[in-house]
Amino acid sequence: MGRLSERAKEEILRLQGLYPQARSALLPALFVAQGEAGFLSQEVLEEVAGLFQLPVNEVASVASFYTLFHRKPVGRHVIHFCTNLSCMLNGAEEILDHLCRRLGVRPGETTGDGLFTVKEAECLAACDIAPMMLVDEEIYGHLTPQRVDEILERYREEGASLE
Amino acid sequence: MPEKLLTRYIHEPDQAEITAYMRRGGYEAARRALRELTPEQVIEMVDHAGLRGRGGAGFPTGRKWRFVPKDAPVKYLVVNADEGEPGTFKDRTLLERDPHQLIEGIILASYAVRAHRAFIYLRGEFHRARRQLQRALAEATERGFVGKDIFGSGFSLDIVLHTGAGAYIAGEETALLESLEGKRAMPRLKPPYFPAVMGLYSQPTALNNVETLCHVTQIVRHGPEWYRQQGPPVLFSVSGHVARPGLYELPLGIPLRELIFDHAGGVREGRRFKACFPGGSSSAILVEEHLDVPMDYESLAKVGSMLGSGAVIVMDETACVVKVVARAVKFYRDESCGKCTPCREGTVWLSQIFERILQGRGRMEDLDLLEGIARNMTGTCFCPLGESVPPSLRNSLVYFRDEYEAHIRTGRCNVLQPA
Repeated sequence: MGRLSERAKEEILRLQGLYPQARSALLPALFVAQGEAGFLSQEVLEEVAGLFQLPVNEVASVASFYTLFHRKPVGRHVIHFCTNLSCMLNGAEEILDHLCRRLGVRPGETTGDGLFTVKEAECLAACDIAPMMLVDEEIYGHLTPQRVDEILERYREEGASLE
Repeated sequence: MPEKLLTRYIHEPDQAEITAYMRRGGYEAARRALRELTPEQVIEMVDHAGLRGRGGAGFPTGRKWRFVPKDAPVKYLVVNADEGEPGTFKDRTLLERDPHQLIEGIILASYAVRAHRAFIYLRGEFHRARRQLQRALAEATERGFVGKDIFGSGFSLDIVLHTGAGAYIAGEETALLESLEGKRAMPRLKPPYFPAVMGLYSQPTALNNVETLCHVTQIVRHGPEWYRQQGPPVLFSVSGHVARPGLYELPLGIPLRELIFDHAGGVREGRRFKACFPGGSSSAILVEEHLDVPMDYESLAKVGSMLGSGAVIVMDETACVVKVVARAVKFYRDESCGKCTPCREGTVWLSQIFERILQGRGRMEDLDLLEGIARNMTGTCFCPLGESVPPSLRNSLVYFRDEYEAHIRTGRCNVLQPA
């Protein structure tokens, strides 16, 4: 049994049609697959490879090149924490330490409750509000330990109200 | 006082909507160009304006377009919206706040090179920009500004928004094309793969940065003469240890001192300026004696640095230069695609040496090693990524050698830490 829904497969076929060569839709297709499966397991990569008529190793090679593709499960919220120059100069290290202590994880790890994954990120082009982080699709800047706590709390409450 | 062109309306909350954009004169330039000007006349305007690519390399835009063969049956325009140079946030700002300014530039550029298909390669992490662009493209398509027979001119154009997946190297133009073809973003050999002649799917491809295309919109809207009188304008992203970090649209050639101290508010109260990257982390760091350098291509090249992406990262006296350069090196190490040996191995070796110096295990000979690796990486890397490492490393060894030596001698950082 495949892991991808018919809807996801249809979306991937539609994306292939946007380009003169279907292969161009590989990255967008991997995003579709990841959006549905949560991460790119070997089985998911095999299915995507099938839709592109490519060897699975070729697809795995592409997926492993890019940092936004997850090869193992991640938390419900993924935090990309910038530690590049402008953020570093504005104290990113200390704040990342604080964040990791609060969550009880090291960069790259997921919290035990599966709510957050913390990743160190390269410059996310918001140096004017350094130090900053991206939580899922939202940018948070001017970070302080206190502000980090407030943001985490907001996501926790949101998660609780969903259950 | 020169007027702001590219950022004039970015603080208007409705600027991303097509009705507001048009009320402020938007799409008039494209309408006039497609109806009244030949593609050659559009290129001439851009030439005459003196526009140089704002992605980092600074190549004259009009000349780049002329390399695209006129008679080729299939041609593409590709927009590099993969902004990732550390310290740079101009393109993301333009994309989020004024997406139609870019779309109008895409129409003009595509018309100039006679391309009927354009791709926007957007950085995967730019979620808000993606939402804004999707909406703006839908609006422009609905009005018939994108699609068939635009403005009744007979010219047709489709625009596809494509999202990258996290790789700094994809900002390099040939690596971007590999990525857009669904492969690992690894740079191609030039020649033969100059994008203008052998680009996307090996077809002639004009490849321009977001800010560059926004300049095109303004050049055609206002005319090249008036545009030149406004500077010409450049976007500077100023960050780090300054009182007012932000995006500043100022005339090309403004002295570095004026940019940092008058516009960005200078370093913070009671601190002293120490050093800065003038054009992103790939540009060689400059120090106090360089503060009067005009921020233009030639003047910065003369002092061994570059305008690059216009990203000024400022360090005050509390910054440890060894740590800053080590962080930059780590960035290039992690983002190296691994294709060529000097970059792949050089950045790893450099990182190992920096690690031991910062952990108090450094040796004086390490400074010669750093110097030697930097020398061996210069001019030997396959693409600009690896070549970005040596300039700042070498400048730091020249201007801050005592800091390196103190680290090695005492085994710790002796730079004043922020209170």
